[in-house]
Amino acid sequence: MNGTDAPVLRLESVRKTFGGSVVLRDVDLEVAPHTVTALIGASGSGKSTLLRCANLLEEIDDGAIWLDGEEITDPRADQDAVRRRIGVVFQAYNLFPHMSVLDNITLAPRRVHGVSRAEAEERARELLERLGLGARADAYPDRLSGGQQQRVAIVRALAVRPRLLLLDEITAALDPELVGEVLEVVRGLKDDGMTMVLATHEMGFARDVADQVCFLDGGVVLERGTAEQVFGDPQQERTRRFLRRIVEAGRL
Amino acid sequence: MTLAKDDSAREEADAGTGMTGGADDGVTGEGYAPSARRLERERYRRARARRATAIAALSTLATAVVLYLVVVNAPGWPRTKETFFSAQYAREALPKVLEGLWLNIRLLAVCGVAVLVLGMLIAIARTLRGPVFFPLRVLAAAYTDFFRGLPLIINLMIVVLGVPALRLQGVTVDPVLLGGTALTLTYSAYVAEVFRAGIESIHPSQRAAARSLGLTNRQALRYVVLPQAVRRQVPPLLNDLVSLQKDTGLVSIGGAVDAVRAADIIVGRSLNYTPYIVAGLVFVALTIPMTRFTDWVTARMDRRAQGGSL
Repeated sequence: MNGTDAPVLRLESVRKTFGGSVVLRDVDLEVAPHTVTALIGASGSGKSTLLRCANLLEEIDDGAIWLDGEEITDPRADQDAVRRRIGVVFQAYNLFPHMSVLDNITLAPRRVHGVSRAEAEERARELLERLGLGARADAYPDRLSGGQQQRVAIVRALAVRPRLLLLDEITAALDPELVGEVLEVVRGLKDDGMTMVLATHEMGFARDVADQVCFLDGGVVLERGTAEQVFGDPQQERTRRFLRRIVEAGRL
Repeated sequence: MTLAKDDSAREEADAGTGMTGGADDGVTGEGYAPSARRLERERYRRARARRATAIAALSTLATAVVLYLVVVNAPGWPRTKETFFSAQYAREALPKVLEGLWLNIRLLAVCGVAVLVLGMLIAIARTLRGPVFFPLRVLAAAYTDFFRGLPLIINLMIVVLGVPALRLQGVTVDPVLLGGTALTLTYSAYVAEVFRAGIESIHPSQRAAARSLGLTNRQALRYVVLPQAVRRQVPPLLNDLVSLQKDTGLVSIGGAVDAVRAADIIVGRSLNYTPYIVAGLVFVALTIPMTRFTDWVTARMDRRAQGGSL
Protein backbone atom coordinates (compact mmCIF):
# COMPACT_ATOMS: atom_id res chain seq x y z
CA MET A 1 0.00 0.00 0.00
CA ASN A 2 3.05 2.22 0.38
CA GLY A 3 5.50 3.11 -2.31
CA THR A 4 8.68 1.08 -2.19
CA ASP A 5 10.62 4.05 -0.87
CA ALA A 6 8.26 4.93 1.94
CA PRO A 7 10.17 4.57 5.21
CA VAL A 8 9.55 1.42 7.25
CA LEU A 9 10.14 3.30 10.48
CA ARG A 10 9.79 7.02 11.00
CA LEU A 11 10.27 8.98 14.20
CA GLU A 12 9.20 12.58 14.50
CA SER A 13 10.22 14.84 17.39
CA VAL A 14 10.30 11.95 19.84
CA ARG A 15 10.81 13.01 23.42
CA LYS A 16 11.33 10.65 26.35
CA THR A 17 12.12 11.45 29.97
CA PHE A 18 12.89 9.27 32.95
CA GLY A 19 11.99 11.14 36.11
CA GLY A 20 13.60 14.53 35.64
CA SER A 21 16.20 13.63 33.01
CA VAL A 22 15.50 13.98 29.31
CA VAL A 23 16.77 10.86 27.53
CA LEU A 24 15.52 11.64 24.01
CA ARG A 25 15.01 15.22 22.83
CA ASP A 26 13.22 15.90 19.53
CA VAL A 27 14.61 12.86 17.78
CA ASP A 28 13.78 12.51 14.08
CA LEU A 29 14.70 9.40 12.14
CA GLU A 30 13.72 7.72 8.91
CA VAL A 31 14.60 4.14 8.06
CA ALA A 32 14.09 3.18 4.41
CA PRO A 33 13.21 -0.40 3.43
CA HIS A 34 16.12 -2.84 3.13
CA THR A 35 18.57 -0.45 4.76
CA VAL A 36 20.61 -0.65 7.92
CA THR A 37 20.71 2.24 10.34
CA ALA A 38 23.41 2.29 13.00
CA LEU A 39 22.98 4.31 16.17
CA ILE A 40 26.31 5.20 17.74
CA GLY A 41 27.20 7.28 20.75
CA ALA A 42 28.44 6.97 24.29
CA SER A 43 26.65 4.90 26.92
CA GLY A 44 23.60 6.78 28.16
CA SER A 45 23.22 8.77 24.96
CA GLY A 46 19.76 7.29 24.38
CA LYS A 47 20.44 4.58 21.78
CA SER A 48 18.79 1.75 23.68
CA THR A 49 15.90 3.93 24.79
CA LEU A 50 15.23 4.87 21.19
CA LEU A 51 14.99 1.20 20.22
CA ARG A 52 12.79 0.37 23.20
CA CYS A 53 10.47 3.23 22.27
CA ALA A 54 10.25 1.96 18.70
CA ASN A 55 9.08 -1.41 20.03
CA LEU A 56 6.67 0.25 22.48
CA LEU A 57 8.48 -1.26 25.44
CA GLU A 58 8.73 2.35 26.63
CA GLU A 59 6.00 4.93 26.29
CA ILE A 60 7.18 8.16 24.68
CA ASP A 61 6.33 11.54 26.19
CA ASP A 62 5.92 13.48 22.97
CA GLY A 63 6.27 13.13 19.24
CA ALA A 64 5.17 10.18 17.14
CA ILE A 65 6.49 6.96 15.62
CA TRP A 66 5.21 5.40 12.39
CA LEU A 67 5.67 1.83 11.24
CA ASP A 68 4.86 1.39 7.55
CA GLY A 69 2.90 4.64 7.58
CA GLU A 70 0.78 3.67 10.57
CA GLU A 71 1.21 5.65 13.75
CA ILE A 72 2.09 3.12 16.44
CA THR A 73 2.31 5.63 19.28
CA ASP A 74 -1.39 6.36 18.89
CA PRO A 75 -2.98 5.15 22.15
CA ARG A 76 -5.61 3.40 20.03
CA ALA A 77 -3.02 1.31 18.19
CA ASP A 78 -2.87 -2.40 19.00
CA GLN A 79 0.50 -2.75 20.69
CA ASP A 80 0.66 -6.51 20.31
CA ALA A 81 -0.04 -6.22 16.59
CA VAL A 82 2.77 -3.67 16.28
CA ARG A 83 5.21 -5.87 18.16
CA ARG A 84 4.32 -8.81 15.94
CA ARG A 85 5.88 -6.93 13.03
CA ILE A 86 9.07 -5.92 14.84
CA GLY A 87 11.79 -8.31 15.92
CA VAL A 88 14.07 -7.36 18.81
CA VAL A 89 17.42 -8.78 19.84
CA PHE A 90 18.56 -7.74 23.30
CA GLN A 91 22.02 -7.11 24.69
CA ALA A 92 21.60 -9.84 27.34
CA TYR A 93 19.93 -12.27 24.85
CA ASN A 94 16.88 -12.66 27.15
CA LEU A 95 16.34 -16.24 26.04
CA PHE A 96 13.79 -18.13 28.13
CA PRO A 97 15.93 -20.35 30.38
CA HIS A 98 13.20 -22.94 30.96
CA MET A 99 12.77 -23.73 27.27
CA SER A 100 14.96 -25.53 24.77
CA VAL A 101 16.40 -23.59 21.85
CA LEU A 102 13.70 -24.94 19.58
CA ASP A 103 10.90 -24.00 22.01
CA ASN A 104 12.35 -20.52 22.41
CA ILE A 105 12.18 -20.02 18.67
CA THR A 106 8.80 -21.62 18.01
CA LEU A 107 6.99 -19.98 20.95
CA ALA A 108 5.88 -16.85 19.12
CA PRO A 109 5.11 -18.48 15.75
CA ARG A 110 2.95 -21.08 17.47
CA ARG A 111 1.26 -19.06 20.20
CA VAL A 112 1.01 -15.68 18.52
CA HIS A 113 0.83 -16.47 14.82
CA GLY A 114 -0.98 -19.79 15.09
CA VAL A 115 1.52 -21.72 13.02
CA SER A 116 1.42 -25.49 13.49
CA ARG A 117 4.17 -27.07 15.57
CA ALA A 118 5.58 -29.04 12.65
CA GLU A 119 5.73 -26.01 10.40
CA ALA A 120 7.21 -23.76 13.09
CA GLU A 121 9.87 -26.32 13.95
CA GLU A 122 10.76 -26.86 10.34
CA ARG A 123 11.36 -23.16 9.82
CA ALA A 124 13.25 -22.91 13.12
CA ARG A 125 15.56 -25.78 12.17
CA GLU A 126 16.11 -24.25 8.76
CA LEU A 127 17.14 -20.92 10.33
CA LEU A 128 19.30 -22.64 12.95
CA GLU A 129 21.00 -24.62 10.22
CA ARG A 130 21.75 -21.45 8.32
CA LEU A 131 23.30 -19.85 11.40
CA GLY A 132 25.38 -22.93 12.14
CA LEU A 133 23.36 -24.05 15.14
CA GLY A 134 21.57 -27.03 13.60
CA ALA A 135 22.96 -29.42 16.21
CA ARG A 136 21.89 -27.32 19.20
CA ALA A 137 18.13 -27.24 18.61
CA ASP A 138 17.33 -29.36 21.65
CA ALA A 139 19.87 -27.79 24.00
CA TYR A 140 18.90 -25.39 26.77
CA PRO A 141 20.23 -21.83 26.62
CA ASP A 142 22.57 -22.30 29.59
CA ARG A 143 24.43 -24.99 27.67
CA LEU A 144 25.38 -22.56 24.90
CA SER A 145 28.19 -20.03 24.65
CA GLY A 146 27.27 -16.35 24.64
CA GLY A 147 27.74 -16.11 20.88
CA GLN A 148 25.52 -19.13 20.31
CA GLN A 149 22.87 -17.74 22.66
CA GLN A 150 22.87 -14.45 20.80
CA ARG A 151 22.53 -16.22 17.46
CA VAL A 152 19.59 -18.17 18.86
CA ALA A 153 18.06 -14.87 19.99
CA ILE A 154 18.44 -13.58 16.43
CA VAL A 155 16.76 -16.70 15.06
CA ARG A 156 13.96 -16.25 17.59
CA ALA A 157 13.39 -12.70 16.37
CA LEU A 158 13.51 -13.79 12.73
CA ALA A 159 11.18 -16.76 13.12
CA VAL A 160 8.09 -14.55 12.84
CA ARG A 161 9.36 -12.90 9.62
CA PRO A 162 9.42 -9.38 11.06
CA ARG A 163 9.20 -6.28 8.91
CA LEU A 164 11.89 -4.59 10.97
CA LEU A 165 14.65 -5.88 13.21
CA LEU A 166 15.93 -3.87 16.19
CA LEU A 167 19.33 -4.91 17.54
CA ASP A 168 20.27 -3.44 20.91
CA GLU A 169 24.04 -3.64 21.44
CA ILE A 170 23.87 -7.31 20.67
CA THR A 171 27.60 -7.88 20.97
CA ALA A 172 28.20 -5.84 24.13
CA ALA A 173 27.97 -8.85 26.45
CA LEU A 174 30.19 -11.08 24.30
CA ASP A 175 33.87 -11.99 24.43
CA PRO A 176 35.79 -10.32 21.60
CA GLU A 177 36.29 -13.68 19.90
CA LEU A 178 32.56 -14.36 19.87
CA VAL A 179 31.62 -10.93 18.50
CA GLY A 180 32.65 -11.89 14.99
CA GLU A 181 30.26 -14.82 14.64
CA VAL A 182 27.29 -12.67 15.63
CA LEU A 183 28.24 -9.76 13.37
CA GLU A 184 28.64 -12.21 10.50
CA VAL A 185 25.00 -13.19 10.98
CA VAL A 186 23.89 -9.55 10.86
CA ARG A 187 25.88 -9.04 7.66
CA GLY A 188 24.08 -12.03 6.16
CA LEU A 189 20.73 -10.52 7.11
CA LYS A 190 21.64 -7.27 5.39
CA ASP A 191 22.41 -9.21 2.23
CA ASP A 192 18.95 -10.78 2.51
CA GLY A 193 17.45 -7.31 2.50
CA MET A 194 16.31 -7.16 6.14
CA THR A 195 15.55 -3.67 7.41
CA MET A 196 17.47 -3.13 10.62
CA VAL A 197 18.19 -0.52 13.25
CA LEU A 198 21.11 -1.32 15.49
CA ALA A 199 22.65 0.37 18.48
CA THR A 200 26.28 -0.60 18.61
CA HIS A 201 29.71 0.11 20.01
CA GLU A 202 31.37 -1.80 17.16
CA MET A 203 32.35 1.17 15.03
CA GLY A 204 34.20 -0.83 12.43
CA PHE A 205 31.14 -2.96 11.94
CA ALA A 206 28.83 0.07 11.79
CA ARG A 207 31.03 1.60 9.11
CA ASP A 208 30.95 -1.59 7.05
CA VAL A 209 27.33 -2.45 7.26
CA ALA A 210 25.32 0.72 7.84
CA ASP A 211 23.64 2.71 5.09
CA GLN A 212 22.86 5.43 7.59
CA VAL A 213 24.76 6.32 10.75
CA CYS A 214 23.32 8.48 13.51
CA PHE A 215 25.50 9.88 16.27
CA LEU A 216 23.46 10.39 19.43
CA ASP A 217 24.67 12.65 22.20
CA GLY A 218 22.65 13.69 25.22
CA GLY A 219 19.42 12.41 23.67
CA VAL A 220 19.85 14.36 20.43
CA VAL A 221 20.80 13.09 16.97
CA LEU A 222 23.82 15.34 16.67
CA GLU A 223 25.03 14.09 13.34
CA ARG A 224 23.70 11.79 10.67
CA GLY A 225 24.68 10.67 7.21
CA THR A 226 26.22 7.83 5.34
CA ALA A 227 28.96 5.89 7.05
CA GLU A 228 31.60 7.71 4.96
CA GLN A 229 30.23 11.10 5.96
CA VAL A 230 29.99 10.46 9.69
CA PHE A 231 33.17 8.44 10.12
CA GLY A 232 35.21 10.13 7.37
CA ASP A 233 34.27 13.76 7.71
CA PRO A 234 32.33 14.49 10.90
CA GLN A 235 30.99 18.03 11.04
CA GLN A 236 30.40 18.39 14.77
CA GLU A 237 33.12 18.88 17.32
CA ARG A 238 31.43 16.37 19.72
CA THR A 239 31.37 13.70 17.02
CA ARG A 240 35.02 14.25 16.24
CA ARG A 241 35.94 13.97 19.90
CA PHE A 242 33.89 10.79 20.31
CA LEU A 243 35.45 9.17 17.25
CA ARG A 244 38.93 10.20 18.34
CA ARG A 245 38.42 8.50 21.69
CA ILE A 246 37.17 5.39 19.91
CA VAL A 247 40.25 5.36 17.70
CA GLU A 248 42.51 5.84 20.71
CA ALA A 249 40.81 2.89 22.39
CA GLY A 250 41.61 0.86 19.29
CA ARG A 251 37.99 0.19 18.46
CA LEU A 252 37.96 1.58 14.92
CA MET B 1 30.82 -23.25 31.64
CA THR B 2 32.69 -24.69 28.73
CA LEU B 3 35.43 -25.67 31.16
CA ALA B 4 32.97 -27.56 33.30
CA LYS B 5 31.71 -29.34 30.23
CA ASP B 6 35.23 -30.31 29.23
CA ASP B 7 35.81 -31.69 32.69
CA SER B 8 32.71 -33.81 32.68
CA ALA B 9 33.55 -35.03 29.22
CA ARG B 10 36.96 -36.05 30.44
CA GLU B 11 35.45 -37.83 33.43
CA GLU B 12 33.15 -39.73 31.16
CA ALA B 13 36.08 -40.71 29.01
CA ASP B 14 37.92 -41.87 32.11
CA ALA B 15 34.96 -43.92 33.25
CA GLY B 16 34.81 -45.40 29.79
CA THR B 17 38.30 -46.83 29.98
CA GLY B 18 37.11 -48.65 33.04
CA MET B 19 40.35 -49.29 34.89
CA THR B 20 41.40 -45.83 35.94
CA GLY B 21 39.79 -45.74 39.37
CA GLY B 22 42.96 -45.64 41.39
CA ALA B 23 43.33 -44.21 44.84
CA ASP B 24 43.66 -40.67 43.50
CA ASP B 25 40.74 -38.76 42.17
CA GLY B 26 40.69 -39.40 38.48
CA VAL B 27 44.02 -37.78 37.68
CA THR B 28 45.41 -40.52 35.50
CA GLY B 29 47.59 -38.83 32.96
CA GLU B 30 50.09 -41.06 31.22
CA GLY B 31 53.05 -41.77 33.45
CA TYR B 32 51.86 -39.59 36.31
CA ALA B 33 52.89 -40.77 39.73
CA PRO B 34 51.78 -38.74 42.75
CA SER B 35 54.75 -37.10 44.39
CA ALA B 36 55.78 -37.87 47.93
CA ARG B 37 54.61 -34.40 48.89
CA ARG B 38 51.12 -35.10 47.64
CA LEU B 39 50.93 -38.48 49.38
CA GLU B 40 52.09 -36.93 52.62
CA ARG B 41 49.48 -34.17 52.33
CA GLU B 42 46.72 -36.68 51.69
CA ARG B 43 47.80 -38.80 54.61
CA TYR B 44 47.67 -35.76 56.84
CA ARG B 45 44.18 -34.81 55.58
CA ARG B 46 42.87 -38.32 56.15
CA ALA B 47 44.20 -38.30 59.69
CA ARG B 48 42.56 -34.95 60.30
CA ALA B 49 39.24 -36.25 58.99
CA ARG B 50 39.42 -39.32 61.22
CA ARG B 51 40.14 -37.15 64.23
CA ALA B 52 37.20 -34.85 63.43
CA THR B 53 34.85 -37.81 63.20
CA ALA B 54 36.07 -39.20 66.50
CA ILE B 55 35.62 -35.87 68.27
CA ALA B 56 32.11 -35.47 66.88
CA ALA B 57 31.12 -38.95 68.03
CA LEU B 58 32.58 -38.44 71.49
CA SER B 59 30.94 -35.07 71.95
CA THR B 60 27.57 -36.43 70.84
CA LEU B 61 27.85 -39.35 73.25
CA ALA B 62 28.79 -37.07 76.16
CA THR B 63 25.84 -34.75 75.44
CA ALA B 64 23.46 -37.71 75.27
CA VAL B 65 24.72 -39.13 78.58
CA VAL B 66 24.38 -35.77 80.34
CA LEU B 67 20.84 -35.29 79.03
CA TYR B 68 19.89 -38.80 80.04
CA LEU B 69 21.26 -38.37 83.56
CA VAL B 70 19.51 -35.02 84.01
CA VAL B 71 16.15 -36.43 82.93
CA VAL B 72 16.44 -39.72 84.79
CA ASN B 73 17.58 -38.08 88.00
CA ALA B 74 14.79 -35.52 87.95
CA PRO B 75 12.63 -35.87 91.05
CA GLY B 76 9.46 -36.64 89.05
CA TRP B 77 11.03 -39.00 86.56
CA PRO B 78 9.46 -42.31 87.72
CA ARG B 79 6.03 -40.71 87.59
CA THR B 80 6.70 -39.04 84.22
CA LYS B 81 8.02 -42.26 82.79
CA GLU B 82 4.87 -44.03 83.74
CA THR B 83 2.44 -41.41 82.39
CA PHE B 84 4.29 -40.42 79.20
CA PHE B 85 6.41 -43.40 78.22
CA SER B 86 4.34 -46.43 79.08
CA ALA B 87 5.09 -49.28 76.69
CA GLN B 88 1.73 -50.86 77.37
CA TYR B 89 -0.29 -47.80 76.39
CA ALA B 90 2.00 -47.14 73.43
CA ARG B 91 1.17 -50.58 72.07
CA GLU B 92 -2.50 -49.97 72.61
CA ALA B 93 -2.46 -46.51 71.04
CA LEU B 94 -0.33 -47.13 67.95
CA PRO B 95 -2.91 -48.97 65.79
CA LYS B 96 -5.63 -46.44 66.62
CA VAL B 97 -3.33 -43.51 65.97
CA LEU B 98 -2.23 -44.97 62.65
CA GLU B 99 -5.86 -45.47 61.71
CA GLY B 100 -6.48 -41.81 62.51
CA LEU B 101 -3.38 -40.81 60.56
CA TRP B 102 -4.97 -42.13 57.38
CA LEU B 103 -7.51 -39.32 57.72
CA ASN B 104 -4.68 -36.78 58.08
CA ILE B 105 -3.00 -38.09 54.96
CA ARG B 106 -6.22 -37.91 52.92
CA LEU B 107 -6.86 -34.40 54.22
CA LEU B 108 -3.32 -33.43 53.24
CA ALA B 109 -3.75 -34.74 49.72
CA VAL B 110 -7.08 -33.02 49.08
CA CYS B 111 -6.23 -29.76 50.83
CA GLY B 112 -2.78 -29.68 49.23
CA VAL B 113 -4.23 -29.72 45.74
CA ALA B 114 -6.99 -27.25 46.62
CA VAL B 115 -4.46 -24.90 48.22
CA LEU B 116 -2.18 -24.96 45.19
CA VAL B 117 -5.01 -24.22 42.76
CA LEU B 118 -6.66 -21.54 44.88
CA GLY B 119 -3.31 -19.97 45.80
CA MET B 120 -2.28 -19.76 42.16
CA LEU B 121 -5.60 -18.16 41.17
CA ILE B 122 -5.30 -15.56 43.92
CA ALA B 123 -1.69 -14.80 43.00
CA ILE B 124 -2.62 -14.33 39.35
CA ALA B 125 -5.55 -12.13 40.35
CA ARG B 126 -3.16 -9.94 42.33
CA THR B 127 -0.74 -9.53 39.43
CA LEU B 128 -3.35 -8.80 36.74
CA ARG B 129 -3.11 -5.41 35.16
CA GLY B 130 -5.82 -3.32 33.65
CA PRO B 131 -8.62 -1.30 35.18
CA VAL B 132 -11.25 -4.02 34.68
CA PHE B 133 -9.47 -6.20 37.21
CA PHE B 134 -9.31 -3.57 39.93
CA PRO B 135 -12.04 -5.13 42.12
CA LEU B 136 -10.46 -8.56 41.66
CA ARG B 137 -7.07 -7.23 42.70
CA VAL B 138 -8.53 -5.59 45.81
CA LEU B 139 -10.46 -8.72 46.75
CA ALA B 140 -7.42 -10.93 46.35
CA ALA B 141 -5.29 -8.55 48.42
CA ALA B 142 -7.96 -8.38 51.14
CA TYR B 143 -8.24 -12.16 51.15
CA THR B 144 -4.52 -12.73 51.68
CA ASP B 145 -4.28 -9.98 54.28
CA PHE B 146 -7.19 -11.39 56.25
CA PHE B 147 -6.45 -15.10 56.17
CA ARG B 148 -2.73 -14.73 56.71
CA GLY B 149 -3.39 -12.64 59.77
CA LEU B 150 -6.17 -14.79 61.25
CA PRO B 151 -4.78 -17.48 63.57
CA LEU B 152 -5.50 -20.90 62.09
CA ILE B 153 -7.04 -22.20 65.29
CA ILE B 154 -9.57 -19.36 65.40
CA ASN B 155 -10.35 -19.83 61.71
CA LEU B 156 -10.97 -23.53 62.40
CA MET B 157 -13.27 -22.87 65.31
CA ILE B 158 -15.29 -20.31 63.35
CA VAL B 159 -15.71 -22.60 60.37
CA VAL B 160 -16.08 -25.94 62.17
CA LEU B 161 -18.31 -24.74 64.99
CA GLY B 162 -19.84 -21.60 63.51
CA VAL B 163 -21.05 -22.90 60.16
CA PRO B 164 -23.12 -25.79 61.59
CA ALA B 165 -24.63 -23.35 64.09
CA LEU B 166 -26.15 -21.44 61.17
CA ARG B 167 -28.20 -24.55 60.37
CA LEU B 168 -28.17 -23.73 56.68
CA GLN B 169 -30.00 -26.12 54.39
CA GLY B 170 -27.68 -28.25 52.28
CA VAL B 171 -24.48 -27.08 53.96
CA THR B 172 -22.40 -29.86 55.42
CA VAL B 173 -21.81 -30.21 59.13
CA ASP B 174 -19.10 -32.82 58.62
CA PRO B 175 -16.15 -31.64 60.74
CA VAL B 176 -13.65 -33.17 58.31
CA LEU B 177 -15.02 -31.22 55.34
CA LEU B 178 -15.34 -28.02 57.33
CA GLY B 179 -11.90 -28.45 58.88
CA GLY B 180 -10.43 -29.06 55.45
CA THR B 181 -12.13 -25.90 54.20
CA ALA B 182 -10.64 -23.84 57.01
CA LEU B 183 -7.16 -25.25 56.33
CA THR B 184 -7.54 -24.49 52.64
CA LEU B 185 -8.64 -20.93 53.36
CA THR B 186 -5.62 -20.16 55.51
CA TYR B 187 -3.01 -22.02 53.52
CA SER B 188 -4.10 -20.74 50.12
CA ALA B 189 -3.45 -17.23 51.46
CA TYR B 190 0.11 -18.25 52.34
CA VAL B 191 0.68 -20.06 49.10
CA ALA B 192 -0.75 -17.17 47.07
CA GLU B 193 1.94 -14.92 48.54
CA VAL B 194 4.61 -17.48 47.70
CA PHE B 195 3.40 -17.60 44.10
CA ARG B 196 3.14 -13.83 43.87
CA ALA B 197 6.70 -13.42 45.11
CA GLY B 198 7.73 -15.96 42.49
CA ILE B 199 5.94 -14.15 39.67
CA GLU B 200 7.47 -10.84 40.68
CA SER B 201 10.94 -12.38 41.01
CA ILE B 202 11.14 -13.15 37.31
CA HIS B 203 13.32 -10.47 35.76
CA PRO B 204 11.40 -7.87 33.73
CA SER B 205 13.67 -8.59 30.76
CA GLN B 206 11.93 -11.95 30.37
CA ARG B 207 8.56 -10.27 30.13
CA ALA B 208 10.02 -7.68 27.76
CA ALA B 209 11.42 -10.44 25.56
CA ALA B 210 8.06 -12.19 25.49
CA ARG B 211 6.16 -8.99 24.71
CA SER B 212 8.67 -8.07 22.00
CA LEU B 213 7.76 -11.33 20.28
CA GLY B 214 4.14 -10.19 20.18
CA LEU B 215 2.87 -12.34 23.05
CA THR B 216 0.02 -10.74 24.95
CA ASN B 217 0.33 -10.06 28.65
CA ARG B 218 -1.60 -13.24 29.38
CA GLN B 219 0.49 -15.35 27.03
CA ALA B 220 3.70 -13.93 28.51
CA LEU B 221 2.46 -14.93 31.96
CA ARG B 222 1.35 -18.37 30.83
CA TYR B 223 4.34 -19.44 28.75
CA VAL B 224 7.26 -17.45 30.11
CA VAL B 225 6.74 -16.07 33.61
CA LEU B 226 4.71 -18.77 35.40
CA PRO B 227 6.80 -21.79 34.33
CA GLN B 228 9.90 -20.09 35.69
CA ALA B 229 8.16 -18.76 38.81
CA VAL B 230 6.72 -22.15 39.76
CA ARG B 231 10.09 -23.81 39.40
CA ARG B 232 11.65 -21.23 41.66
CA GLN B 233 8.87 -21.60 44.22
CA VAL B 234 9.12 -25.35 44.71
CA PRO B 235 11.18 -25.25 47.94
CA PRO B 236 9.00 -22.71 49.77
CA LEU B 237 5.87 -24.50 48.53
CA LEU B 238 7.06 -27.82 49.89
CA ASN B 239 7.80 -26.03 53.14
CA ASP B 240 4.20 -24.90 53.35
CA LEU B 241 3.06 -28.41 52.49
CA VAL B 242 5.02 -29.87 55.42
CA SER B 243 3.43 -27.27 57.64
CA LEU B 244 -0.04 -28.12 56.30
CA GLN B 245 0.65 -31.77 56.99
CA LYS B 246 1.07 -31.11 60.71
CA ASP B 247 -1.82 -28.71 60.88
CA THR B 248 -4.23 -31.33 59.57
CA GLY B 249 -4.02 -32.54 63.17
CA LEU B 250 -5.99 -29.45 64.22
CA VAL B 251 -9.21 -30.67 62.59
CA SER B 252 -9.56 -32.84 65.70
CA ILE B 253 -10.99 -29.82 67.53
CA GLY B 254 -14.20 -30.36 65.58
CA GLY B 255 -14.42 -33.97 66.68
CA ALA B 256 -13.05 -35.64 63.54
CA VAL B 257 -11.17 -38.78 64.53
CA ASP B 258 -7.69 -38.19 63.16
CA ALA B 259 -4.40 -39.28 64.73
CA VAL B 260 -4.53 -36.59 67.43
CA ARG B 261 -8.15 -37.27 68.29
CA ALA B 262 -7.52 -41.03 68.42
CA ALA B 263 -4.77 -40.41 70.96
CA ASP B 264 -7.05 -38.03 72.83
CA ILE B 265 -9.73 -40.68 73.24
CA ILE B 266 -7.33 -43.14 74.83
CA VAL B 267 -5.89 -40.44 77.07
CA GLY B 268 -9.37 -39.51 78.26
CA ARG B 269 -10.07 -43.09 79.18
CA SER B 270 -6.76 -44.00 80.79
CA LEU B 271 -5.37 -40.68 82.05
CA ASN B 272 -2.05 -41.78 80.57
CA TYR B 273 -0.39 -39.37 78.15
CA THR B 274 1.66 -41.88 76.19
CA PRO B 275 -0.73 -41.82 73.20
CA TYR B 276 0.08 -38.12 72.67
CA ILE B 277 3.76 -38.99 72.45
CA VAL B 278 2.94 -41.75 69.98
CA ALA B 279 0.82 -39.41 67.83
CA GLY B 280 3.55 -36.75 67.94
CA LEU B 281 6.24 -39.20 66.86
CA VAL B 282 4.05 -40.50 64.04
CA PHE B 283 3.66 -36.95 62.71
CA VAL B 284 7.40 -36.39 62.96
CA ALA B 285 8.02 -39.66 61.13
CA LEU B 286 5.67 -38.53 58.39
CA THR B 287 7.29 -35.08 58.12
CA ILE B 288 10.91 -36.17 57.97
CA PRO B 289 10.76 -37.83 54.53
CA MET B 290 8.94 -34.75 53.27
CA THR B 291 11.62 -32.43 54.66
CA ARG B 292 14.39 -34.55 53.18
CA PHE B 293 12.57 -34.46 49.85
CA THR B 294 12.40 -30.65 50.11
CA ASP B 295 16.14 -30.50 50.81
CA TRP B 296 16.84 -32.75 47.89
CA VAL B 297 14.74 -30.69 45.49
CA THR B 298 16.34 -27.46 46.71
CA ALA B 299 19.85 -28.84 46.36
CA ARG B 300 19.08 -30.12 42.88
CA MET B 301 17.70 -26.76 41.82
CA ASP B 302 20.71 -24.95 43.27
CA ARG B 303 23.00 -27.17 41.26
CA ARG B 304 21.01 -26.44 38.13
CA ALA B 305 21.01 -22.73 38.85
CA GLN B 306 24.79 -22.71 39.17
CA GLY B 307 25.16 -23.96 35.62
CA GLY B 308 22.45 -21.56 34.53
CA SER B 309 22.59 -18.19 32.88
CA LEU B 310 21.49 -14.68 33.76
